[in-house]
Amino acid sequence: MYVAVKGGEKAIRNAHKLLAKRRRGDTSVPSLTVDQIAEQLALSVARVMCEGSLYDEGLAALAIKQARGDLIEAAFLIRAYRTTLPRFGYSETLDTAKMLIERRISATYKDLPGGQLLGPTFDYSHRLLDFAMAAENEGALDAVESETPLNEGMPRVTDLLSDEGLMEADPLPEASDAVGDLTREPLSFPADRDLRLQNLARGDEGFLLSLAYSSQRGYARTHPFTGEIRYGEVEVEFFAEELGFNVKLGAIKVTECQMVNQFSGSAKSPPKFTRGYGLVFGQVERKAMAMSMVDRALRWEELGEEQTAPVQDTEFVLSHSDNIQATGFVEHLKLPHYVDFQAELDLVRRMRAEWFAARDQQDPYAQTDLETGKEAAE
Amino acid sequence: MSEETTASPPLSPADQTTARRQEIMAVIAETPASALAKAFESYPDHPSHELVRGPETGLVMVRGRMGGTGGAFNLGEVTVTRCVVRLASGETGSSYILGRHKQHALQAAILDGLWQNPDHRQKVEDDILAPLENSRRQRQEEIKAETAATKVDFFTMVRGDD
Repeated sequence: MYVAVKGGEKAIRNAHKLLAKRRRGDTSVPSLTVDQIAEQLALSVARVMCEGSLYDEGLAALAIKQARGDLIEAAFLIRAYRTTLPRFGYSETLDTAKMLIERRISATYKDLPGGQLLGPTFDYSHRLLDFAMAAENEGALDAVESETPLNEGMPRVTDLLSDEGLMEADPLPEASDAVGDLTREPLSFPADRDLRLQNLARGDEGFLLSLAYSSQRGYARTHPFTGEIRYGEVEVEFFAEELGFNVKLGAIKVTECQMVNQFSGSAKSPPKFTRGYGLVFGQVERKAMAMSMVDRALRWEELGEEQTAPVQDTEFVLSHSDNIQATGFVEHLKLPHYVDFQAELDLVRRMRAEWFAARDQQDPYAQTDLETGKEAAE
Repeated sequence: MSEETTASPPLSPADQTTARRQEIMAVIAETPASALAKAFESYPDHPSHELVRGPETGLVMVRGRMGGTGGAFNLGEVTVTRCVVRLASGETGSSYILGRHKQHALQAAILDGLWQNPDHRQKVEDDILAPLENSRRQRQEEIKAETAATKVDFFTMVRGDD
């Protein structure tokens, strides 16, 4: 238990001044601008937007600068900031089929309408350090190639398979189903898929990655194939009540992952592929993939599977995925716990006294050991 | 946005006006604040206006669909700045724009109001919206063309055929 302490104001003030100095670093090195972070550390920015659960590149870049590059601290700053703003309402649902695509791949279909578009990716790179980037002047970039786009539609791969009935359809909600919102009501169990997906979308990338990995290694196998990953811009629409129509607010970048998994079938319906879904802010592909795998594993009950592994345990997964909550609880251990520890100290002294008393009753000679400080049981 | 909308029944004149207004609001929202400011400043006939609301910044919770087409879920929030102005000529202009740029939202609301004024509509369309729509299209075409150059054809190798 944490009991409030007083005092230390001067030391705290000085510590924060020192932090500011260390954050800035060597002043002969130019200060980073927020624009530089937003433009050149775009994937850090995307991660902070995801885990901070707020899409705003400028704010995320500022948070990264202030947090000295600590991305969890940056996401924490973003979560704190969002509480200062009023909520205008909920958007219309995003239509990812209408994405302005910058990347779209499928590991299940070689030839698909619209084609495989690698886009800006680390895939197929050799992971060799490029020392040219360490040079004062990086030099000019290679010109980017352009080709005439096909301008054909890019249907989601899962929609192609559903045409044949090989893919489970997305269950449509009942009109009365309210959409759960973790920012309004705390998580409770059992948690439906809407809450699970919201939780995973803002969950820690590392935690979801490890859980997804565990499911590949045999802890609740789901035999995943990447049906499709797509990344690009989607427009956000909002119904403006005073205007009486939908307004497009602008476009945000999202990554969507459709993971295709093994068959479910029952007496009533023939075997078909099942699916896990990932959707995240920005180009955060690893997390979108992990999210879709964890989403699929968490659907075990609905699909009539056995629960055997941590990744299927809704309460375990959802309660520990949020790195802001996690870091709050773990890091609060640094704060003064003097009163609490004093109580523990008294308790352990009393227990030891009882222990020695009990032993001495059984073996009077043991006393000698205690005096020389050589206590075997300690 | 990359695909044409499917054919729908013809719209009434009032609905057509609303549909066009939605389009111009979208173009204005997607134009970078600095580019909009430039276009706005260059417009010769600035009306006087009073603020009805804002500009104010808040949040909109963005929703996705489970599996892409299923039930809704809450993905995360975006910052949005909105503004309502009343022009001296009587029109009420509104804006809702991603981000926290108050000047962007204010200028967007004034333009929305101006566009509703019959004396200004054509001029706003020609002098402001047409160039902005053009840059927006160019930007989208550039992304499509650069992406198209990364289109890959994988070949499946047959194993053990020697």
